[in-house]
Amino acid sequence: MIEIKATMHPDVKAKVDGKKWFYTEQVRDHFFNPKNILKTEEEAKLYEKESHGVGEVGSPACGDMMKIWVKVDSKTDRLQECKWQTFGCASAIASTSMMSLMVTENKGMTIAEALKMKPHDITARLHGLPARKFHCSVLGDKALRAAINNYFFKSGQKDRIIVSKGAEIVDKILKITDKDIEEAVLEGANDFEAVQKKTKIGVQDKTCIPRAKELIEFYKDKYYG
Amino acid sequence: MRDKYFDHSATTYVRPEVVEIMQEYYSEKYGNPGSFHYKGLEANEALNSAREKFADIIGSKSDEIIFTGGGTESCNLAIKGVARSLKKQGKHIITSTIEHHAVMDTCDYLERHEDYEVTYVDVNKDGIIDPESVRKAIRPDTILISIMYANNEIGTIQPIKKIAKIAKENDVLIHTDACQAIGALDINVQDLGVDMMTLNASKIYGPKGVGMLYLRKGVRIVPLIHGGGQERNLRSGTENVPGIIGFTKAVELAQEEKTEESKRLIKLRDYLIKRVTDEVPECWLNGHPEKRLPNNANITFLNVEGEAIILLLNEYKVYVSSGSACTSKTLDPSHVIVSMGLPYEAAHGSIRFTLGKINTKKDIDDMMEVLPPIIKKLRGISPVHLKASEVIK
Repeated sequence: MIEIKATMHPDVKAKVDGKKWFYTEQVRDHFFNPKNILKTEEEAKLYEKESHGVGEVGSPACGDMMKIWVKVDSKTDRLQECKWQTFGCASAIASTSMMSLMVTENKGMTIAEALKMKPHDITARLHGLPARKFHCSVLGDKALRAAINNYFFKSGQKDRIIVSKGAEIVDKILKITDKDIEEAVLEGANDFEAVQKKTKIGVQDKTCIPRAKELIEFYKDKYYG
Repeated sequence: MRDKYFDHSATTYVRPEVVEIMQEYYSEKYGNPGSFHYKGLEANEALNSAREKFADIIGSKSDEIIFTGGGTESCNLAIKGVARSLKKQGKHIITSTIEHHAVMDTCDYLERHEDYEVTYVDVNKDGIIDPESVRKAIRPDTILISIMYANNEIGTIQPIKKIAKIAKENDVLIHTDACQAIGALDINVQDLGVDMMTLNASKIYGPKGVGMLYLRKGVRIVPLIHGGGQERNLRSGTENVPGIIGFTKAVELAQEEKTEESKRLIKLRDYLIKRVTDEVPECWLNGHPEKRLPNNANITFLNVEGEAIILLLNEYKVYVSSGSACTSKTLDPSHVIVSMGLPYEAAHGSIRFTLGKINTKKDIDDMMEVLPPIIKKLRGISPVHLKASEVIK
């Protein structure tokens, strides 16, 4: 078998105020001062009424849960606002904060642009996340896609709803698809343990493990075989 | 702002008395105990007297003590050592669901790679093992029972004497990982009735990288490390003389101070538990309220994630640890919290506070200035709103 070289960042450490911190300065900044966050349950309830779409992924049992609300300018198809809440660790908080900033800065991304964004684009702006924290940026991205879909649904643009063509939901609790596995393999994860580290697949939904292993072999063969 | 270090079960600082006694063995009495000249004899003598002192403290003979490179190595040596030496008699091992990874992953390794069978005995909702469930797990081919003395995460103290008695009655060897118990509980191997006991120095203000395995005379084990034949051929490699001297001093002092210090820590611990559970809503103490280590409080804060709590407390120089998945290398939440029958949600928000010699009531008061607002802030941004009454059934 050909050895697959890992392409992920090594664990990143930053020095802030002369003190070591586990993450980069950018992560630190967004963790302590998250942008576009809804600070209380009441705020979230109020905003839900005026928002145009809402998406939620993960579960507290998995240790990560993300909820995102969007407002869309129907004329320009641009994201006006992107608000969020999370039950998650520092990297989940920082990457969602960064993502909400990226989709709304400079008059906002068009929906097409937002859907093209990859978790990698977010971690790059954060100057990297430790490899095992990469999945935290995936969750925010997924919640955003869910929120955009919900907007399509609520605004009657049913033809635009993305049924994730060909995507198979493998992990039913975390909603991890074959595409996520493909991406993890492309990033250098070469066995189930490595793919699990990136995606958290099968941590909660153990029933999906055999199928996940099958897919990992398939993509390894496809790209490296 | 001064450090409020509540992570003594991770490791402690090395106390000055220990540093002082070790220094000599780095710079002056640096000989190899295996050498035939004066330098070697000098080190050898020191090693022997440390071994005797240590034996005295745990109630064993000096040739029943094997010094190792730490608690993890001792656990590996005990379990793999017995398993491999008795493989013709049987290949069944009993342990518990709340062991430290040093024991759990060693058993798991033997199961996966060397065809042993392992039974993991459950704990009750307080995190305590019922000795009768160990008895029930014993089979004709059981060769070893390995149960920890006190748990590293939730601090619960296991009925190790009773379990050892059951092992004896059934003619099965018993090992106990006593790394967390060493500073607070009785570690006399005759009283406990165990055949093997793992201890290490780095939780009792001793150096890191030194451990010990008590091995009752007559128990045969296969070594992990081969080489120069040190430690009765069971642990080759030049002895870590300064480390062993420091370890012996640390255990001596810990046992001397145990009664007084435990009394003080229990008071502090209960004060911490009371203040936190009184002042923060939707949180609870994990593990038995009394049958726990004097220095351990493990509390679940519902609807928030442990790593975020750690990093915010860190800003105020409050140092704690968590059973959250995000703080573990494997991304799995604490197996200890989950095996008490609590859901994953409870593990992700669990925080371990472990007190030590340097902690005072003021440390706890200082922490309480920042902890409740941090939890409030994180709950504010959380989309999860579970109630403790829904989670603990």
